[in-house]
Amino acid sequence: MKIFVCVKQVPDTETKIKLKADASGIDTAGIKWVMNPYDEYAVEEAVKTRDGGKASSVTVVSVGPKSRAVETLRTALAMGADEAIVVDAPEDVDSAMTAKALAAAIKGEGEFGLIMTGKLAIDDNLASVSQMLAEHLAIPHTTVVSKLEQGDLLLAEREVEGGTKEMVQLTKPALIAANKGLNMPRYPSLPGIMKAKKKIIKELTLDGLAVTTNDARTKHLNFQLPPEKPPVQQITGDAATQSKTLATLLRQEAKVL
Amino acid sequence: MSNQVSKVLVFAEISNGKVKKGALELLTAARAASLSTQIVLLGTGAKAAAGTMGGWGVSEAFVGDNAAFDQYNPEVFAESVAGIIKDSGADTVLASSSLLARDLFPRVAARLGTAAVSDCTELALGGGLKVRRPMYSGKCSAEVSFLSAGPKIVLMRANQLPVGEPSGAGQVAIKDVPAPTTSGLKTLIKEVLKGASGKLDLTEANIIVSGGRGLKEAANFKLIETLADSCGATVGASRAIVDAGWVSHSMQVGQTGKTVAPSLYIAVGISGAIQHLAGMSGSRVIVAINKDANAPIFQKATYGLVGDLFEIVPLLTEEFKALHS
Repeated sequence: MKIFVCVKQVPDTETKIKLKADASGIDTAGIKWVMNPYDEYAVEEAVKTRDGGKASSVTVVSVGPKSRAVETLRTALAMGADEAIVVDAPEDVDSAMTAKALAAAIKGEGEFGLIMTGKLAIDDNLASVSQMLAEHLAIPHTTVVSKLEQGDLLLAEREVEGGTKEMVQLTKPALIAANKGLNMPRYPSLPGIMKAKKKIIKELTLDGLAVTTNDARTKHLNFQLPPEKPPVQQITGDAATQSKTLATLLRQEAKVL
Repeated sequence: MSNQVSKVLVFAEISNGKVKKGALELLTAARAASLSTQIVLLGTGAKAAAGTMGGWGVSEAFVGDNAAFDQYNPEVFAESVAGIIKDSGADTVLASSSLLARDLFPRVAARLGTAAVSDCTELALGGGLKVRRPMYSGKCSAEVSFLSAGPKIVLMRANQLPVGEPSGAGQVAIKDVPAPTTSGLKTLIKEVLKGASGKLDLTEANIIVSGGRGLKEAANFKLIETLADSCGATVGASRAIVDAGWVSHSMQVGQTGKTVAPSLYIAVGISGAIQHLAGMSGSRVIVAINKDANAPIFQKATYGLVGDLFEIVPLLTEEFKALHS
């Protein structure tokens, strides 16, 4: 069984976001790019599955600007993935185009048993490519997965609202979108990094996959930074005074209690 | 593409026989824009709930009063909901951005070849559809331009829009949703383990009390829970203490946890890493309790209390109890 893992490169969580002068997007100058944190769980689970003898190989796929998307693919290779595919695409490629391109790239490789993704990319926060991809591949999906048992069938544990957990059984091939807690992603080892450097990353284009801008469904525009908060109102005095004052302000001034 | 809104379909979730607040927020917005509104209600009790929707400006309800819809199954829901959207002729589909909706609608959108956007925080319906949503977990926001001709699916975050009151008693025409096929499914929900807490999820909560590393050790998290109980709040946590294993990841607020926007957010012993601030700065009123006056959390706070949380929190708990008694 082949596993495909979809990964995305995103700004590091400590990034302070600045906007382009024309507000058409974020200013990417000086940004440190990393693998989307949720995708690390997906890569780890795939590599672990293969090492456990339940899969033959792990292929990582990314849709994005080739020049830097390959960095994240190299990280995944260094973590233990066998092969990598990059689909060169503009920075602002939307979810619909991305899902279509991923589906075409994966179908082009032949058979697959499992698709792993992160539950959400921390840049656009849409959490939609996974489900769209499953639809294009006509396979079942489940998201927010924090535990996965693999046999002839998949048994996924997903945490839903209010701490409730669902146990979802899926017939393979299927798509699993990983949540934090699924595993502890490994750090790439030095030999892993050296080996990853030598691997050839397969390069595809949107054109080659018959994906065009007609497949786009949304575009984000008119970016804004959040409004400046008025300065904090410091509540002073001893702990008793502070507590009393705060309770009063929350009830009478802010009217939230 | 036209962004004209003329026919709205609201996907409503039911809890204990009642339409959830998130859907009422959307119905209020549609009613204010004098739009022709249809509703989708699935699961046991849907028919009775539909009968109460006339006062919310609903003219037609797609009702699947069937236990097969009581438990969310993506395969079952995608099939039925895609069919309903097609039948409805709606140009705009609105749903609360719950975990269910976020799982379901991207798949439905791909099936219909249309657009779905989750987690929106601003919505205008009159004068054309206008939607804004946070990006980078709230470090900035952007407007969404829809490029498809088909129905536009907008998932709105809870607590962003006002809820009105039902008025009048309009007639609701009921359209029965066919029972879903349940044979040959590739997805089965084998078991549901109910969470211990009967509290609202962080993403829906009106008040949140969160704790961080300033609590020093896991046992002290009890202070946060007690404070939360005193004001009917849901409990949250910083990444540091989730990673340390004190509490479950489902409680994490921040860029790699949940993005929240309650009316009141109380941060206790949380210094305010960028990724935490990204997840909670959309809250209306923020209280920060921290011993370090220079902690970044104070830059986002409405009210700041510099001091020892171990002294302040028990006293504050008593003050909150007094307010509610």
